[in-house]
Amino acid sequence: MEKLAAILLIAGLGCFAFAGLLTGYLPVSHLSKVEVKTLDEIAPEPSLDFIDLSKRYPEQFKKYYGEPTKEAFHKALRLGRDTYIGEACWHCHSQFIRPVSNEDIRFGKVSWADEYRNEMFLPHLFGTRRVGPDLIRESGRRGNDWHVAHFYDPQLVAPLSIMPRYTWFFDGEEPNEVGIAMVAYMQWLGSWTTPQKIAYQELKEAQAKKEEATE
Amino acid sequence: MTEKPANRELVYAEIIKYHFACGVSFFLIALTAGFFYALVLTDLNPLEGIEIFSPGRWRMVHTNAIAYGFLINMFIGILYWVVPRLTGHPVASKKLSWLILGAWQLIVLLAAVGILLGDAQAIEWGETPTWVDHLAVVGVALLVVNVATPLFKTRGEKLYVSLWYFGAMLVWTPLVYIMGNYLPQYLVPGAGGAAITGMYIHDLVGLSVTPLGWGMMYYFVPVLLKKPIWSHTLSILGFWGLAFFYPLNGVHHFFYSPIPMYAQYGAVVSTIAVELVVFTVIVNFFMTLRGRGDLLRSNISVRWFFVGMVFYFITCFQCAFHTTLTFQKIIHFTDWVVGHAHLVMFGVFGFWMIGGVTYLWPKVTGREWWSAKLNAWNFWLSSIGLVFMFLDLTGAGLVQGFLWADLAQWEKSIQSSMPFWHGRTFAGAMIITGQVLQVFNMWKTAKSPAPKNG
Repeated sequence: MEKLAAILLIAGLGCFAFAGLLTGYLPVSHLSKVEVKTLDEIAPEPSLDFIDLSKRYPEQFKKYYGEPTKEAFHKALRLGRDTYIGEACWHCHSQFIRPVSNEDIRFGKVSWADEYRNEMFLPHLFGTRRVGPDLIRESGRRGNDWHVAHFYDPQLVAPLSIMPRYTWFFDGEEPNEVGIAMVAYMQWLGSWTTPQKIAYQELKEAQAKKEEATE
Repeated sequence: MTEKPANRELVYAEIIKYHFACGVSFFLIALTAGFFYALVLTDLNPLEGIEIFSPGRWRMVHTNAIAYGFLINMFIGILYWVVPRLTGHPVASKKLSWLILGAWQLIVLLAAVGILLGDAQAIEWGETPTWVDHLAVVGVALLVVNVATPLFKTRGEKLYVSLWYFGAMLVWTPLVYIMGNYLPQYLVPGAGGAAITGMYIHDLVGLSVTPLGWGMMYYFVPVLLKKPIWSHTLSILGFWGLAFFYPLNGVHHFFYSPIPMYAQYGAVVSTIAVELVVFTVIVNFFMTLRGRGDLLRSNISVRWFFVGMVFYFITCFQCAFHTTLTFQKIIHFTDWVVGHAHLVMFGVFGFWMIGGVTYLWPKVTGREWWSAKLNAWNFWLSSIGLVFMFLDLTGAGLVQGFLWADLAQWEKSIQSSMPFWHGRTFAGAMIITGQVLQVFNMWKTAKSPAPKNG
């Protein structure tokens, strides 16, 4: 075989394909046993935090989202995710908890693959640097008002923070469409692991069973 | 053997000049963006609260302008110089070269504008907005056509090792770009996407920048030293080692993530193997330099290559350790990694690049350097600045990592990083000063009157 062709085929295509098979296709196909879920499946109703936002900032919420419906919630989550990407939040905050370095004590449950198998993690936002803390267990950790103040000027609530101010998430002093979306997104991250969520889920299941029994 | 045309007719020096000029311009933009970001970390951001100067966006401009604006532009210039000389054939077309020159600058500018307007993609080193990705693929394809043409005209002739690297790079780059920018964005969510992003981050360095850098160093070092490379066997061994082991490393960017552990163990082993492969280049360089050490004093290009090679040794030695899961517990997510990245991208490939340009700029402009002194100033400012930055960030990384593991308050890690971050700003200022001097010198050289007999 001619030398150039050999180089291009074996080194260029061959080695690349081999690596793609081993470190791409193999783990991906392994992880693909779980179905990719849509937002409808993972967030079938608006979160309590989202409803709370509609009461806290009624005018702004009405203006940008109308009623706190499922559709409005999904719109907010997608906008929040897109803003998180556009502002490169993911370059200073990670979204996975490692099983080492006491991270489960600091942040919460260690990350597992299935919780990322949904459209909100397309593309994934694992991140490779933590200037600020990890955010995948952020849900329910702090109130909506804390997040609003923090986006407006982080040093108001965390005096030593070096996070930039995101004043363009606000109309004056009230969060705008993006501001509300960001708070909703923060409160959604890891909401599937909070005690509130689990208790709520159990309550609903118990109710459903009860209704079934009475029918 | 048939008479080959003179090098002067083979090489379009004018286009190379413009690629270099655009490259260093983007370099200055990238450095400015990096400097702003350093100011943000020390809470001194002068542009606080202005949307298009949002620090996160500037961070992406920093890395993308380095990768696509600086390194790729410079490498295109180098390819246009080296490939025709080694093959004896010019690149496919002069018109196409001009088109690529314009198109590539447009792509990088569009990406920068898109990012500043808040339209980024969440792929590290590929934050170019998704709609720019398609243009970038076309741009890369044009470049491949342009540079692969002379390669294919060499039917049957013996190829120097630089051309092996360049040839393989021409296959890898489009594949890597398409894989990294499309699969995790549209098809593979979560941990699987992370495995592919890891491959992209790594392959962009390993399968585009590294083969270009090695090919360049295997061309320029013998030319500068006026003696053949020490071992051709070693250089070929390095080629196959790079081709086989480098692409297997991707997952090492996401250790302890929910990517299956077998992939992570594999990444540890293959990363250590890569460090051994890199030593073929390092050994080859130092053995070739043996006996010509005097050039370190008299020839500044050799000096850039030499220091770059010393940095390469340090990064790879460091990498063989910190890729282990033991080190990862502490140093992952910290400034240690940032220090490593700066040492590789600037200290190794940036330094070689400047070495190559210091040699080529007088040749493509047809003028002597305006000031040799400024070149020396840049060398010392960049070298000292970078060593300072590397040690500083490595130290910061250890402090951060141990404070986090100790469950100290998060703010404590910020507070303790502050002195390091101030140090990094200072080191960055040194590097920027050096590069500004370099670009000023390039400008003055190009604008100086042409020599009479030239």
